Amino acid sequence: MPDTTSQNVEDKTGDMGSFHAFAATSASVIPLLQQIQDKYGYLSETNLRNVSEYTHTPLSAIYGVATFYSQFRLTHPGKHLVRVCQGTACHVLGAVEIMERFKEQLGIDEDGTTADGLFTLESVRCLGCCSLAPAVMIDDETYGRLTRDKVDDILASYRREEAK
Amino acid sequence: MSRITEIRVGLATCGIAAGAEPVYSALEKELAAIDAPVKLKRVGCIGMCYNEPLVDIVTEDGGKSTYGHVRVEDIGRIVKEHVVGGQPVEDLLVPDDGFFDRQVRVVLENCGIIDPESIDEYISKGGYEALKMALTEMSQQQVIDKITGSGLRGRGGAGFPTGVKWGFAAREPGPDKYFICNADEGDPGAFMDRSVLEGDPHRVLEGMAIGAYAIGAPHGYFYVRAEYPLAIKRIKKAIADATDAGLIGENIFGSNFSFEVKIKAGAGAFVCGEETALIASIEGKRGMPRKRPPYPAVSGLWGEPTNINNVETLANVPWIMRHETEDFTRYGTEKSKGTKVFALAGKLKHTGLVEVPMGMPIKDIVFDVGGGIRDEGTFKAVQMGGPSGGCIPASLSDVPVDYESINKTGAIVGSGGLIVLDDKTCMVDLARFFLDFIQKESCGKCTFCRIGTKRMLETLTRICDGEGVSEDLDRLVDLAKKVKVNSLCGLGQTAPNPVLTTVKYFREEYEAHIVDKACPAHVCKALISYKIEPDRCKDCKICTRACPVGAISQGEGKFQEIDQGTCIKCGTCYEVCPFGAIDVLSGVEES
Repeated sequence: MPDTTSQNVEDKTGDMGSFHAFAATSASVIPLLQQIQDKYGYLSETNLRNVSEYTHTPLSAIYGVATFYSQFRLTHPGKHLVRVCQGTACHVLGAVEIMERFKEQLGIDEDGTTADGLFTLESVRCLGCCSLAPAVMIDDETYGRLTRDKVDDILASYRREEAK
Repeated sequence: MSRITEIRVGLATCGIAAGAEPVYSALEKELAAIDAPVKLKRVGCIGMCYNEPLVDIVTEDGGKSTYGHVRVEDIGRIVKEHVVGGQPVEDLLVPDDGFFDRQVRVVLENCGIIDPESIDEYISKGGYEALKMALTEMSQQQVIDKITGSGLRGRGGAGFPTGVKWGFAAREPGPDKYFICNADEGDPGAFMDRSVLEGDPHRVLEGMAIGAYAIGAPHGYFYVRAEYPLAIKRIKKAIADATDAGLIGENIFGSNFSFEVKIKAGAGAFVCGEETALIASIEGKRGMPRKRPPYPAVSGLWGEPTNINNVETLANVPWIMRHETEDFTRYGTEKSKGTKVFALAGKLKHTGLVEVPMGMPIKDIVFDVGGGIRDEGTFKAVQMGGPSGGCIPASLSDVPVDYESINKTGAIVGSGGLIVLDDKTCMVDLARFFLDFIQKESCGKCTFCRIGTKRMLETLTRICDGEGVSEDLDRLVDLAKKVKVNSLCGLGQTAPNPVLTTVKYFREEYEAHIVDKACPAHVCKALISYKIEPDRCKDCKICTRACPVGAISQGEGKFQEIDQGTCIKCGTCYEVCPFGAIDVLSGVEES
């Protein structure tokens, strides 16, 4: 198994205190991983080992689950998670161009994180707001009817906020 | 004028994304200032997504004025002139464009009308009456017969008769049976289930409880897509409120029937829409389908008899129970009864959530309900059923939307995503898009689905890149047929549909890519170029400044020129040119 802990980030993810809310069976694997990711933003190797131990499920099976579902992440994400919708409606209305613009502006590829740790860029299958296509979700905020200019404005607003 | 009683703000995910929250806050503030006896309400999807954010002002006699594209700065006028002055603000009203004229609301009966977080509002609309009737007046078999008699078929895509399905699980021995609501809406371009769960969650919960009673299941699960946090929040509240009201839990309505419901959030896997994969996921495993039989009705979750229905299917159930069977069967066709909810998206004017009687011709949905093609495009095709469905060309737009007729075209009704395509959509690129999706979402169990779709994707990518060879088309179709018959579950069996339908109906477009190295829709980047027409260029240099790679410079005269070697074909110059001086060319147009 690869070392999934980013070197710059201190691993504080070993806390098992909240596990007791879940039954100690394999049925709890996914909800546990979801709770951990909610809290830390990703799943560290320590987390996976803890879930394996707590649910009496082989670590290989936990790793299988963590890599099967697209929701789970094994590396530390940037401060803001940019998820560019690649659903059908967005695709036919220019989502490819929008993704290209995010890549240009952030200087990273899909699934990459900017050097300053501010943004992680991902694609998402469908945000379900097709009438606002093309759309992007940054953290919990959705932006619709995007153009290349709008992408620049949105990123600039996050950067301004950061500079304050 | 009749007294204003209620103001509704559409606050489903799409409304919020369009900026409805600040509109709601502004209304709250303005209304508090004038102390008006008007109820301000958060509602689910009103349906007219193309006009979001939406505000409905409702009068005592049921009259309604709808404001669209509402901005915070409009609120002052709306409150002053309409709420206080009684005069609707004409220039802000949504014009009547016939959007609702041909719609029939069964599933969406309350959506956009009631506060989804208020159980009292749901009850005031006849909510939970159907459950009460089932539990206190009807046997399990009578409930199954009623649903079978209505002709309701699974709205998740396959169209299996719901009552018959319930009958299978009812026959199996208990006591531990499971009733699962499949809300893992994974089709890109579909948002019906999300809208129903966000707009009227109690209806789905009631439908579930009725079904669970019919098959004798004391345990229920909502399996909801994790990307739908608002839907999850509203279901949670619905379950909690219904439990407090004694409508879910022990001995409901004093009967012997007890029902507990849990929520499981999916973790992002399209294949989990398949029943056996969904079950594996709830059990905490990788969501991989298994061989059937045994069917879930015999051996499902934890090996117990299990019934799984889609959100929209269950949302039909309380309505059917509360009405005469004929009220439902008078909508639809001989074999497809009732209505179907569609998420209309793509290149049409009225994108949104609609519900129409089964059997409505495709063209009526596109032009009467959807308002036709936007930006003066030409109607080319509709894509139905997402990655499992197919493209139906405009020439077949008389085809009625029912399960059998749509299947004959090679597409499927699917869960309800309906994407309208125009002449600027490349069908080869679209087929490639769906194959890319499928290839990433294949769970990897079956060789043909895992590797076959990968080879198909490679072929399509090659064609889009202008490197296709004449044998590619036959190879693609041959492999597509093999993937269909050699895959275990619905994902693989239907994965080639987007390719097969586009090859069937748009073969000349594939041939243009392969033989002429041209993309007629001007989409495939390797096959197009941008050129500035000197006669139309005014030398304003807007394109030069906008070009992200500095490919545009002064030509030999009073016009700008694009260096084809540097150009990345992003289309920015085409978008910004105020004089339409930039042409997109492909194939023979380029020489």
